[in-house]
Amino acid sequence: MNQNGRFSQVFNILFCAFMLAPIVVVMGVSLTPEGFLEFPPSGISLRWYQAILDNPDFIEAAWISLKLGIVAATVASVLAVPAALAIGQGKFKGREALQALFLSPLMVPTVVLGIAFLRFLSLFGLNGTFTGLVLCHAIIITPFILRLVLAAVVGLDRTVDRAAESLGASNWTIFRRITLPSILPGVIGGWVLAFITSFDELTVTVFIVNPATTTLPVRMFSHITQTTDPLVASVSALTVIFTIILMVAVDRMYGLDRLLIGEGKK
Amino acid sequence: MNEKPWMMSAPALTLFGVLLLVPLCMTFFLSFNSFGFYTGIENTVSMENYAEVVSDSYFWEIFGRTFAIALATTFFCALLGVPQAYILYRLSPAWRSIVVLIVIGPLLISVVVRTLGWAILLGNNGVINSALQNWGLIERPIKMMYTSGGIVLALTHVFLPFMVLAVWAALQRKDPAVEAAAESLGARPFTIFRRIVLPQVIPGILSGSLIVFSMAASSFATPAILGGRRVKVVATTVYDEFLNTLNWPLGAAIAMLLLASVMVIMLAWNRLVERRYGEALE
Amino acid sequence: MAFLEAHGLTKTYGETNAVDNLTFTVEKGSFVSLLGPSGCGKTTTLQMIAGFEDPTMGKIKLAGRDLSAIPARDRGLGIVFQSYALFMHMTVAENVAFGLEMRNVDKAERKRRVADALELVHLGHLANRYPRAMSGGQRQRVALARALVIEPELLLLDEPLSNLDAKLREEMQLELRRIQREAGVTTLMVTHDQSEALAMSDRVLVMEKGRLQQEDSPFEVYERPRTSFVSTFLGKSNNFEAELKSVSPTASQLLIGGRALTGPTVNLTPGTVEVAVRPERIEIVDAAEAVITGTVRERIFLGAQWMMNVATPLGDMLVIRRNAGRREAEIGDTVHLSWAPEHMRILPLNEVAA
Repeated sequence: MNQNGRFSQVFNILFCAFMLAPIVVVMGVSLTPEGFLEFPPSGISLRWYQAILDNPDFIEAAWISLKLGIVAATVASVLAVPAALAIGQGKFKGREALQALFLSPLMVPTVVLGIAFLRFLSLFGLNGTFTGLVLCHAIIITPFILRLVLAAVVGLDRTVDRAAESLGASNWTIFRRITLPSILPGVIGGWVLAFITSFDELTVTVFIVNPATTTLPVRMFSHITQTTDPLVASVSALTVIFTIILMVAVDRMYGLDRLLIGEGKK
Repeated sequence: MNEKPWMMSAPALTLFGVLLLVPLCMTFFLSFNSFGFYTGIENTVSMENYAEVVSDSYFWEIFGRTFAIALATTFFCALLGVPQAYILYRLSPAWRSIVVLIVIGPLLISVVVRTLGWAILLGNNGVINSALQNWGLIERPIKMMYTSGGIVLALTHVFLPFMVLAVWAALQRKDPAVEAAAESLGARPFTIFRRIVLPQVIPGILSGSLIVFSMAASSFATPAILGGRRVKVVATTVYDEFLNTLNWPLGAAIAMLLLASVMVIMLAWNRLVERRYGEALE
Repeated sequence: MAFLEAHGLTKTYGETNAVDNLTFTVEKGSFVSLLGPSGCGKTTTLQMIAGFEDPTMGKIKLAGRDLSAIPARDRGLGIVFQSYALFMHMTVAENVAFGLEMRNVDKAERKRRVADALELVHLGHLANRYPRAMSGGQRQRVALARALVIEPELLLLDEPLSNLDAKLREEMQLELRRIQREAGVTTLMVTHDQSEALAMSDRVLVMEKGRLQQEDSPFEVYERPRTSFVSTFLGKSNNFEAELKSVSPTASQLLIGGRALTGPTVNLTPGTVEVAVRPERIEIVDAAEAVITGTVRERIFLGAQWMMNVATPLGDMLVIRRNAGRREAEIGDTVHLSWAPEHMRILPLNEVAA
């Protein structure tokens, strides 16, 4: 039942309009048949979508971002899941410090992370390499996975492990057959959130790419700072559609609010 | 038994040690090096970069603007986000899931895209100015691009979801019957919100404010696109020092000052919150 | 020969002995309960037998084998956990099959044995359900089937009924005993619930503060408690101090509240002792036959019986009287209490529970 009064309902509508406005505008502009930004568009044309095909830069960048997101999210998951199990289940000295360290990329201003990575990678000749990007992104997105997996791990009943052990399961079997399936929603939710974060990351990435490894956000950013034409709007519109599909899928599977608040309530 | 958690964390720990702690330390040391236009980075140790930043009113202006923008953004996020979180909390489950997608979903959409939308809306020939002119409400376009106000507007949009989430999480922790209890005692809806609900979600507002403030103070994409060269903030200044002027030591010093001030504000804020609301946060 | 043997079993955490020099045996096929209040060391004992805790000292032998070097996963014991610890992401059948998979039992036999185990606990029709969609009693049966299907030499039950509501608990007591008998498996149950232990076990081991207080059949521990703790922990009991004057091979002479009484014989030296009398053994009699006289302070009607609290010179006495359809003494009435000598239990002096 909606318990909100009339004033609240108006506020709600205006708020939603505010949240949607820039996104709707970008989507609308992308459909213009004209050569400049206009909203609402005077007609509907896919001209600027076709233009993407003539700009291999954007396609190349999108491809790099996609690969980067998948590899970095996977690397971060492989690192974060055992760490989350250790932190969530163990009582040991330094446990809180460890957790603080793995969550620290959320606290440090991204621009500081960007220059730190740049400084480090350039000293070892890794700047602009795909490997460098993967490792730096893995660090930035680890906190997102760690938080969700930790929430799932904390809810685990340790006696279930013991039950499996008493039935003869080895530690690896317990992890594979019992623990992992129980925390899988958290791991998948964390992976998707990490992927999206990596796919959208600009502030750090802008410092550590070279022309050969330019990601989509960096490509779009440098395009916008030079000129704003409907081309970048059509690229944006495609990423919005891509994100919405992922978002709806995650919402169905895991709950968007749970994903972003990071609380592991069932 | 005691080594197991460390073994399990070892891969992540290695990555974080090598690629996070070492680079941050290196950047810290870099900020004490000097820079010559022809010689590049010189391996000397001095406070000259910090002295330059502290003595130059140009940098004072940039830091002042950055924190003013962050503060204003935090204020508007709280002003809009708190009531919206409460509205969200009171929506029927079916509506709620839709509104959640609309309100929180933009968080997952690239900041570049969202800022592009604001650039299209705010330009002199943009959507807002054209509409106002068409309706005859204004004669000349209002300047919104390349102003701090425009940046605050867009940043408010960018960070609002964090505030809504933080307050919403706090709302879900409270006893759902307290509003009914207040109503049974004769309180009107606004009174219930102000006297009963608001005090209980203050910890949520404070933690949301902290997130918004720290992210706004170090935001890059939005001020870079909407402020350009004219309205510089700390993050865009660091970017210019590193990638245009190539004075890395000075850029590192500016970044370290940003890191230090954000950390100090966060720690002070946390202590304040813990002291005043420590029990409520349990 | 004893099937399960614990010898001088001790577990020390820091300064305290959670389990203190515990020695006991369990016969093959029997159902034995470890009974005691929380913190008495019963759960730690179970954990050591299961292999989840290492004893600080002592030995555990199962069918003559020393268990100490065998890790939990290789002991082959069936364990039912207090929380059931079901695998929530697996169906009932998958839960039960897990232990067989770990033993590389081939698929056809696995299927047959899972079906048999589920039949034994009357859950055959729910094999493909997930535990989430089941009631507490059903989950309990799944846990039991999962533990029994591996045909364990020993079944360990950790407070198996504590998560069920009162009515279901009584039902499951009978059910659990039936299943245990049908499976013929030696069973050790840990519980803090005395009625559960009495109802289900062949033998009861009463523990307190890490030590074994008494080991007997349920009837014996109730009827012939050997310590003050056992007398008050199992059922209700009126305990008071008395003087033991002399002991003969057939009887003993006691001085209770200034009255000389003859009691059963006891293996104690004369001196101050503790006497325990069950409330249901106390009768209300005429003044001439009274052992002690007191005033009714409170009276509660429980349907089948009356419960009275009588203030006497020996302290407050709890008296339980069968409801014989007559009026009973009212609050404030003076009543004369007595009991047959053989219903007195003479115990070594402990601090008397008031």
